[in-house]
Amino acid sequence: MSTDSQQHTHHLPVLEFKSSTFSVPVLVLAGNDIITIEQQLQEKIHQAPEFFKNSPLVFDLQELNSLDLDINVTELINIIRKLGLLPIGIRGGVAQQNQQALELGIPIHSGHSIAASSGTPKQQTPDPEPEAAPEPQFIAATTTLITHPVRSGQRIYAEGDLVILAQVSAGAEILAEGNIHVYGSLRGRALAGVQGNTEARIFCSDLQAELISIAGNYKISEDLNSAVHNQPVQIYLQNHTLIIKDI
Amino acid sequence: MARIIVVTSGKGGVGKTTTSAAIAMGLAKKGHKTAVIDFDVGLRNLDLIMGCERRVVYDFVNVINGEATLNQALIRDKNCNLLYILPASQTRDKDALSQEGVGKILDELKKEFKYIVCDSPAGIEKGAHLAMYFADDAFIVTNPEVSSVRDSDRMLGILSSKSRRAEQNEEPIREYLLLSRYSPNRVKLGEMLSVDDVQEILSLHLLGVIPESKSVLNASNSGTPVILDEKSDAGQAYADIVARYLGEDKPHRFIDEKKGLFGKFFGSK
Repeated sequence: MSTDSQQHTHHLPVLEFKSSTFSVPVLVLAGNDIITIEQQLQEKIHQAPEFFKNSPLVFDLQELNSLDLDINVTELINIIRKLGLLPIGIRGGVAQQNQQALELGIPIHSGHSIAASSGTPKQQTPDPEPEAAPEPQFIAATTTLITHPVRSGQRIYAEGDLVILAQVSAGAEILAEGNIHVYGSLRGRALAGVQGNTEARIFCSDLQAELISIAGNYKISEDLNSAVHNQPVQIYLQNHTLIIKDI
Repeated sequence: MARIIVVTSGKGGVGKTTTSAAIAMGLAKKGHKTAVIDFDVGLRNLDLIMGCERRVVYDFVNVINGEATLNQALIRDKNCNLLYILPASQTRDKDALSQEGVGKILDELKKEFKYIVCDSPAGIEKGAHLAMYFADDAFIVTNPEVSSVRDSDRMLGILSSKSRRAEQNEEPIREYLLLSRYSPNRVKLGEMLSVDDVQEILSLHLLGVIPESKSVLNASNSGTPVILDEKSDAGQAYADIVARYLGEDKPHRFIDEKKGLFGKFFGSK
C-alpha cells in the first residue's frame, strides 16, 4: 500500500484556480486630447500621491467611443505608466483599441462594452445594486459538471454554474455561485448565487427539494406550493422574492 | 482476480450479518473459495450466525497485531470446505483496527481466495469505514422504510467519496441493492415502501429482495446460514442473489404477494 501511495504523489495538487474580486480604480475618459488628459491626470495624482503610487488602473473608453472620439491607446498607456500608474486593463474599447492594448500586454475586460470585445455580452441592468457581484467573477467562473448521484451527506460547491445530470438525494447539499441545473430529482438542498449573485437561477426537472435559495433568499419544502411539487421548474429572484415557475 | 465485497447499510439491524453469512456460503457452495470477515470488533455476531463460535481461538485483531497468523485465525466452515471465517474480537474495540493492518490482511487473503466478504458494523464510524475502504463491490442492505433508505443513501455517498477506489481515481465500487425484510402484504397496505419507491430514492441496481421470513430467525438461532435452508423463501432469495451476482439471469421473486387464482384474475400487479 505504501509504495502505491508514493506512486500517486503526483496526484496531490500543488495549485488551484480560484476566482477573486478586486476593487481597482477605473479611469473613465470623456475627451481624446492626450495633452489635456496628461495634465488633468497629473493634477488628480497630486491630490493623493500615496494613493496613486504604483496603483493598478483600468481605463474605460466606452464614453469616448460613444461620442465617436478616437484615441491612440499606445500613447495613453505610455502616459499612464509615465505618471507612475500600472495599467492592468482596457474596458469599453473598440476592436482596434483592444488590439493595441493587447500588444502592450494589457488585458481586455468585458463589461459594458459597445464593441462586445470578449464574446458573450452580459445581460445586466446598467446600474445593478452595489452588492451585486462584479464582472471579473463571471469571467473567471466555469461550469462544474456532476454525472453521478449526489448522496445524502454529500456537499458540492461550484464557483461558477453547477450542472448535475443525476439525482440529488435528501440530505445532500449543492451550492453554486452561479446557476444550478439538476436533471434528476432534486430532493436535497439547492443554493444558487451563494456569493450574492441575485441573477442566479435554479433549474430542475423534478422539484422535491428540502430547501431552495438564491442569494440568501430561501424557501423550505413546507413553504413550497404543492402545485410545483414533482414539476420541472425554474426558480429566480424578483424583488427579493423567490419565483417558482414551470418550464 | 479476487474481489472484495462489503456488506453495509449505515443502519443497524437490517440484516447485514445474515446477508454476509448467506452470500459467503452461497459463493462457496458455487465452488468459489470464499472468506468472510467480521468487522464488528467488540460486538461480534458473525461467528454465531455461522455456528462456529465455539471454535474461535484467534481473531481479526490478533492477526493485525501480529499475535497470530492468518491461517491460525481463519476457521473452516463445517458445512462447506471452501468457506473460511475470520471472526472479530469480542474484547477489543474498533480502534484496534488500522487501515494499514486491514489492507495487509486483505492483500494476503486476495492471494488465496476468490471472494472476500466484509461484514460491516452499523454506523459510519471507523469500523464501517475500514470495512468498505478496500471494497470492489458493495452490497447495500436496506429495509423498506425511510430511515433505513436514508442511511443507505448516506453510505453510498461515503462509498463514492471515501473508498480507496475513489481516492485513487479508479473505477468506482460496484453498488448493488439488497432489499431485506420485505413484505408485499404490508406494502399493499401502505405500511412499507415498495421496491419501486426504494429504487426511485436510491437509483441503484436491485440485486434481490429478501422476504420477511421466520426462517431467518430459525437459521440464526441454529447457527446455519439461511441460504442452506433451501425450502425457505429467504434461503431461495439469497440463492437467487448469489446467482445474479455471478452473472446468471434470474427473474425477481418475492416482490409481489402470493396470489390465488382469484387474485391472478383481479389483482392489478
